[in-house]
Amino acid sequence: MKFFVCIKQVPDTETKIKVGADQQIDPAGVKWVMNPYDEYAIEEAIKQREKNPGSQVWVVTVGPKARTAEALRTALAMGADEGILIDAPANLEPQITAKALSLVIQQEGGAKVVFTGRLAIDDNASSVSQMLAEFSNFPHTTVVSKFSMDSENVTVEREAEGGQCEVVQMATPAVVAANKGLNMPRYASLPGIMKAKKKVLKEVSIDSLGFSLVAKTKTLALELPAEKPPVKLMSGEISAQVSSLVQLLRDEAKVL
Amino acid sequence: MGKILVFVEFNHGQLKRSSLELLSAAQSSGQTVVAAAVGSLAEGISKEASQYGATDIYVIKETTFDKYNPELFTLGLTEIIKKSEASLVLATASALGKDLFPRVAARLDAGILSDCIELKISGDNVTAKRPIYSGKCFSKVTFENCPIKIVLMRPNQLPISVPNASATTNVIAHSVNAPSLRTLIKEVVKGTSEKLDLTEANIIVSGGRGMKEAGNFKFLEQLADVLGATVGASRAVVDAGWVTHDLQVGQTGKTVAPSLYIAVGISGAIQHLAGMSGSKVIVAINTDANAPIFQKATYGIVGDFADVLPKLTEEFKRAMA
Ligand SMILES: Cc1cc2nc3c(=O)[nH]c(=O)nc-3n(C[C@H](O)[C@H](O)[C@H](O)COP(=O)(O)OP(=O)(O)OC[C@H]3O[C@@H](n4cnc5c(N)ncnc54)[C@H](O)[C@@H]3O)c2cc1C
Repeated sequence: MKFFVCIKQVPDTETKIKVGADQQIDPAGVKWVMNPYDEYAIEEAIKQREKNPGSQVWVVTVGPKARTAEALRTALAMGADEGILIDAPANLEPQITAKALSLVIQQEGGAKVVFTGRLAIDDNASSVSQMLAEFSNFPHTTVVSKFSMDSENVTVEREAEGGQCEVVQMATPAVVAANKGLNMPRYASLPGIMKAKKKVLKEVSIDSLGFSLVAKTKTLALELPAEKPPVKLMSGEISAQVSSLVQLLRDEAKVL
Repeated sequence: MGKILVFVEFNHGQLKRSSLELLSAAQSSGQTVVAAAVGSLAEGISKEASQYGATDIYVIKETTFDKYNPELFTLGLTEIIKKSEASLVLATASALGKDLFPRVAARLDAGILSDCIELKISGDNVTAKRPIYSGKCFSKVTFENCPIKIVLMRPNQLPISVPNASATTNVIAHSVNAPSLRTLIKEVVKGTSEKLDLTEANIIVSGGRGMKEAGNFKFLEQLADVLGATVGASRAVVDAGWVTHDLQVGQTGKTVAPSLYIAVGISGAIQHLAGMSGSKVIVAINTDANAPIFQKATYGIVGDFADVLPKLTEEFKRAMA
């Protein structure tokens, strides 16, 4: 029994984003990390492996091999058994990434559960999990904050609007997109890091998967947010500050 | 000229504001607008949809559509999109929309742009703007090589047009022949709050660790009641267990873009800003004049929440009276 975890390497949230002359994100000075939601996905897969002796956790990523191998090594150091790197250009469209992931998972004999993060914080599309499920013909649930599994089904809790919680049962194989709150991701320990160096990290090129999907969207330009004028600080007694604030909100900002 | 299908969501028999925004944008493009709604009460909103420009409304009235089931909804929506022959589909980037439409897009081999904050429709040409890298950058995007385009819009981004009281619509009932499903919705547990969800709220009053203790959130609730606002929170207070995770704003919480965001006792960490920097007007109330939140704020009061909030609530009461 195999649990697959699909992860993505993204710029750290603290990284300052700059746009280069070529209308791409300037890679200079970018610190790359594993997408934060993917850590919950890995943790859940490892917990399930612990409960199901003989099962394995495989992590897979799509991206340029020069940098993304590091994210896979981190996952292996957390405790995943094997890694697969699908070498591909950066910033692919979700459909293409999802198709590549579904093909590789199929080639490797399929999965009991495919775990993903509910959102990649770089392209903000929250699409790959559902598309991967569609291409694999698996059911899916996203924004999952609770997970349990028996021999045929998984039962998950999905967070929807207004604190609403949906309890969903899916027949396996299924795709589960993890939200914060699902678990507490473990850190990669030093022995874990040492062990990870000896684990199998397979590479496949996206071209070798033999599918053709054309991009359906095109980026025209990247823009940085407009400079904000400096904050207007209220002054005087608290009651005077409060009344100027309300007046500005009503008459200047017109938001009341 | 193409046809635009708007997937509308409703609550208590009324279309959500975000759906009115989409209908209005579709209508002002000058193209034919049709709507789609699902659930046993769906037909009830057909009149309202017509007033915002929908000439036809496709409804799936089966009670199985009263609860969101990704598998079933994907089937229903792909059938309706095909039947309508729409070339552009608009939906809200809601919890439901963001889950459903990527799968629909994959099934239809359609292009999809999710979480958009600007939309321009001119003939076949559709361009949109999306925040990426946690709102630190915006990408202007368009479609190519796809006969069907899907755009998911964040709420509170588009103007709502004046309804035409005399408009009528043609209701087209669609029934779905569901195969045996592998997804079963066992239970839907309603949230505790009667308020609008954070992602839909027009005004948000958010509290952070500077609120000192859970009990002090009552000051925020009182202020929110006066403003018709929804209460939000930073991760620090969610992790401390003062409030539930559905109130968390930020990178690992909700992304919000209200007209007014009032941040009280929140320092303005990058991960918090990631969730709210799209707000039109930001007010910061904080004892520390050097807190990073002031760099993002439109207006600020340097002061203690305990001094400021009761007075502010009274002042708003007077202003709103
Ligand atoms: C991977 C990751 C994801 C994260 N995701 C999120 C997220 O989604 N959302 C989020 O919010 N954070 C997130 N964080 C955490 C974030 O980095 C900050 O730790 C958090 O936002 C701080 O919350 P805070 O502003 O409430 O608390 P603090 O940073 O402790 O700030 C408290 C503020 O209150 C002020 N204050 C103190 N007393 C008073 C008073 N009496 N009256 C008024 N003001 C007062 C202080 O001056 C201070 O500015 C994430 C972090 C990581 C690493």
